[in-house]
Amino acid sequence: MVEKMDSLQHDVLIVGAGGAGLRAAIAVARDHPGTSVGLISKVYPMRSHTVSAEGGAAAVISASDSLDDHAYDTIAGSDWLADQDAVEVLVENAPDEMLQLEHWGCPWSRDADGHVSVRPFGGMKLERTWYAADKTGFHLLHTLFQTALKFDAIIRYDEWFVTSLIVADGRCQGVVAIDIRTGEMLSIGAKSVVLCTGGGGRVYPFTTNGNIKTGDGMALAYRAGVPLKDMEFVQYHPTGLPGTGILITEAARGEGGVLLNNEGRRYLQDYGLGQPLDLKDPDHPRKQTMELGPRDRLSQAFIKEREAGRTFEGADGDYVELDIRHLGEREIDRKIPMVRELAVRYVGIDPVHDPIPVRTVVHYMMGGIDTDIQGATSLPGLFAAGECACVSVNGANRLGSNSLTEILVFGARAAVAAADHARRVSPPSNQLLENSAGSEQSRLETTLLRKDATYETTFGIRSDLQDALEEGAGIFRDKTTLERACSKITSLKERYENLVLTDTSRTFNTELVTALELGAMLDIGEAIAHSALARTESRGSHQRTDHPDRDDPGFLKHSLAYRSEGNPTIDYKNVTITRWPPGERVYGGE
Amino acid sequence: MGVSDRTVLEVYRYLPENQTEPTFQTYEIDSQDNWVVLDALNHIKAEIDSTLSFRWSCRMGVCGSCGMMVNGEPKLTCETFIRDYDTMTVRIEPLNHFPVIRDLVINMDDFMEKLPTVSPWLIPDQDKPLDEGEYLQTPGQVARYKRFSMCINCMLCYSACPVYGLDSSFTGPAALALAERYNLDSRDHGRKERAATVTAHEGIWECTYVGECTQVCPKDVDPAGAIQMLKLSYALDWAKSVVMPKRGRS
Amino acid sequence: MTRELTKPLPRNWWLKKAAYFRFMMRELTSVAVLAYTLLIVWTLGSAANSGGFSTLYAFLSTSLSVSLHVVILALALYHTGTWIALTPKVMVLWRDDERVDPDFIAGVTGISFLMITGATIWLVLM
Ligand SMILES: Cc1cc2nc3c(=O)[nH]c(=O)nc-3n(C[C@H](O)[C@H](O)[C@H](O)COP(=O)(O)OP(=O)(O)OC[C@H]3O[C@@H](n4cnc5c(N)ncnc54)[C@H](O)[C@@H]3O)c2cc1C
Ligand code: SF4
Ligand code: FES
Repeated sequence: MVEKMDSLQHDVLIVGAGGAGLRAAIAVARDHPGTSVGLISKVYPMRSHTVSAEGGAAAVISASDSLDDHAYDTIAGSDWLADQDAVEVLVENAPDEMLQLEHWGCPWSRDADGHVSVRPFGGMKLERTWYAADKTGFHLLHTLFQTALKFDAIIRYDEWFVTSLIVADGRCQGVVAIDIRTGEMLSIGAKSVVLCTGGGGRVYPFTTNGNIKTGDGMALAYRAGVPLKDMEFVQYHPTGLPGTGILITEAARGEGGVLLNNEGRRYLQDYGLGQPLDLKDPDHPRKQTMELGPRDRLSQAFIKEREAGRTFEGADGDYVELDIRHLGEREIDRKIPMVRELAVRYVGIDPVHDPIPVRTVVHYMMGGIDTDIQGATSLPGLFAAGECACVSVNGANRLGSNSLTEILVFGARAAVAAADHARRVSPPSNQLLENSAGSEQSRLETTLLRKDATYETTFGIRSDLQDALEEGAGIFRDKTTLERACSKITSLKERYENLVLTDTSRTFNTELVTALELGAMLDIGEAIAHSALARTESRGSHQRTDHPDRDDPGFLKHSLAYRSEGNPTIDYKNVTITRWPPGERVYGGE
Repeated sequence: MGVSDRTVLEVYRYLPENQTEPTFQTYEIDSQDNWVVLDALNHIKAEIDSTLSFRWSCRMGVCGSCGMMVNGEPKLTCETFIRDYDTMTVRIEPLNHFPVIRDLVINMDDFMEKLPTVSPWLIPDQDKPLDEGEYLQTPGQVARYKRFSMCINCMLCYSACPVYGLDSSFTGPAALALAERYNLDSRDHGRKERAATVTAHEGIWECTYVGECTQVCPKDVDPAGAIQMLKLSYALDWAKSVVMPKRGRS
Repeated sequence: MTRELTKPLPRNWWLKKAAYFRFMMRELTSVAVLAYTLLIVWTLGSAANSGGFSTLYAFLSTSLSVSLHVVILALALYHTGTWIALTPKVMVLWRDDERVDPDFIAGVTGISFLMITGATIWLVLM
């Protein structure tokens, strides 16, 4: 735990202790001895949402596979919006990162001969997804957390909430944070800051994301003038449990599970995803076809089925069925035990005997803080990695199991760049740190914590924001829905100004945390809606019914949302193409 | 599903700025048939009383933050359905045996400080370079330690353990289970290194085998079993060192 | 600074939960078994010293002594039961990657116990 000092200072300060943040911290502590590392997280590290990842992490390991294949699948999956140099970095470093975790003790599932097992995943041509049953993220996070405990150089600030970046002389020099337990507001100085704050799925009402995924880091960077890239690309996962939005992993389909509509038909065959094989066919499930198509296409198919009246109606919304019964109890318990555990517990269905009801659910943000291939942002001293960043390896649609790989590869990489940067600059002055904490404290006291009548409630604004995005910027969107979402968000931001908290105490004030998170959610919601409105084409997860085709001449570009007075400014920058010229995305084996 | 039911929640409240003693506050709510206790708390927080404080995140039983006493039993509130209680009133308190920071939020510094003392990381014989590939490990070898690697650090076991309640210097179930997790891993050779903390007075020998930790564990980790296995293996190590003082296991 | 609330375990904590109570009983039975062992050693010792086993035999056949022994037997059996239940915790056996069913191990231990006890009784009665 942290000893309170007059001024807290580190060479490298990492915000976020999920997979990306912990990997970054270990990279600095192990490979740059003598560098002091601060690691801040609004929850204890092992509560970070990496813990919930189920299916696995992609890295080429088998002799029949190749780095180029992994790169190509990722790029085609991204609808050619990924930067190809970044994808090459991802696939080249992936195997070593996975091995490194193995050497740190990660309990990867194994083949009988003792080698690590790999499983097929959506949009991947070959089996290359490493897994630890279906609690991959849990094991990955705990392995990293426990390994990080080895390093005394890592100073943790558990349950500290970062409220702003300290920017002076044109560079980032630390953060201001609240110690949630005491309510104290303090500056933590740093020569380099690395944001590893994860995604923001909570801006939508129905999501696989935990309570803490509110896009805080994206908003911190955005407010400091760094653009948010490709925010219009929001991934819906095709298989969430109705009601809770709890994820049923893609591994269920990787192991052979199939999707059925209310006529019992494997409806994906009607959406250009190939022909179904018999369940007993040794080639089932065939890679990159049917249930192993990419997520954007599967989620879009669900909406079309619903429009055609071929989904089931349930108390918690319409659904289709995911059938894994043919795998048998033994395989289910060995390979995907958590699927069974979750289905039994939360929808009262044992998948050994009955199909699981599933529906589309917001899952992942392809967009995020614009960084270069080293993880550096346009603000000197500020770096970002993990789901909050956009390098970009995911483009318009992320392939399942690439994200866990990304957080490791780019977490480590950004840390190295940050440590290098730290060696070249001087530490912030005590004066700067003192002033920053002081002015942030008074900002809160005159806004959220002012003693005033309550006009608006955090929870009211939050659910209105979530509805505005779901209705306006869902799986299919058009100009009208997006314009409506944009103007709703503008008015919600005005309402946020009138927000006053009921809870003004200092000790563990969760209402304050929620309100601060809501501020971030409004910022990224705004960036999502405006970026989506400006992109008048359809690509990957961004489907405009009024512009149904991909438009490479106009939009083979990353969008960049800059914060400004009023609406954000949307700019563009080119996609890096190295070896794979844009082509047609073909799934279905043709 | 979707049926609503009148439920009374009796919730432990404590705000150190205004109180010296805790109080219980009663909330009457319409709870849905498919609600877990955490849903009810979130409903209260959003609709009735935004000052109620508690921790949660994943709401799928894997992050370990939402442990509380529900009708006197330690539970993960995101996995505990209200419909499973036939009493009209459900009583929610912070986990036993921990200092309370506020309302349902406990202080778990003690565990966070103990964790590193059992060296819960892989200690190989010698460091193997990455380009030599993975350590081979058969599914059977994984199975040997897998169960003890499933701990989500939810602290339910600590709040069920009277030994910890009486003497908080006890290393405790989850931390010791992690020590055994690594001891049993075929890649690990750190058993000796872990001996100092594990076999110290506050370690395994403090355990009198009440066994409640295993009963309440939501992830089926069986910390009580892990501790008994540790006792046996370190006792054997000790016996060997007495019989054959020179050789000693590495 | 925040003042955290700590509430020490009440003295009667072991009455608050059936499982705690059973645990206390287990601990108490071990005390009873120990006390009985000491008692036997002492009575045998003093009987041997004074050279008179006949008083001891006379005492042993009183109804007081018989009921005392029934109680002690019950306590010893309870304690033994808890040990049998504990064996699979310490003895974790594997058949490849399948764990041998703990109930099976406890069952085998229990049956072995019964057999050894039976054999002992048989030897004594012979
Ligand atoms: C249910 C689910 C299943 C998934 N399954 C897979 C899978 O099988 N394969 C795959 O590749 N990907 C999967 N993903 C995606 C993947 O898990 C995430 O993208 C990835 O874990 C993100 O890691 P991260 O380190 O960037 O962020 P996180 O793990 O979300 O960590 C964010 C950290 O930032 C901290 N933080 C945030 N804001 C603040 C603040 N204001 N102040 C201080 N700290 C802050 C948090 O405390 C936390 O420590 C899944 C995602 C979900 C939701
Ligand atoms: S052993 Fe079980 S009860 Fe204890 S902390 Fe771990 S998961 Fe929770
Ligand atoms: S909220 Fe994560 S375990 Fe309950």
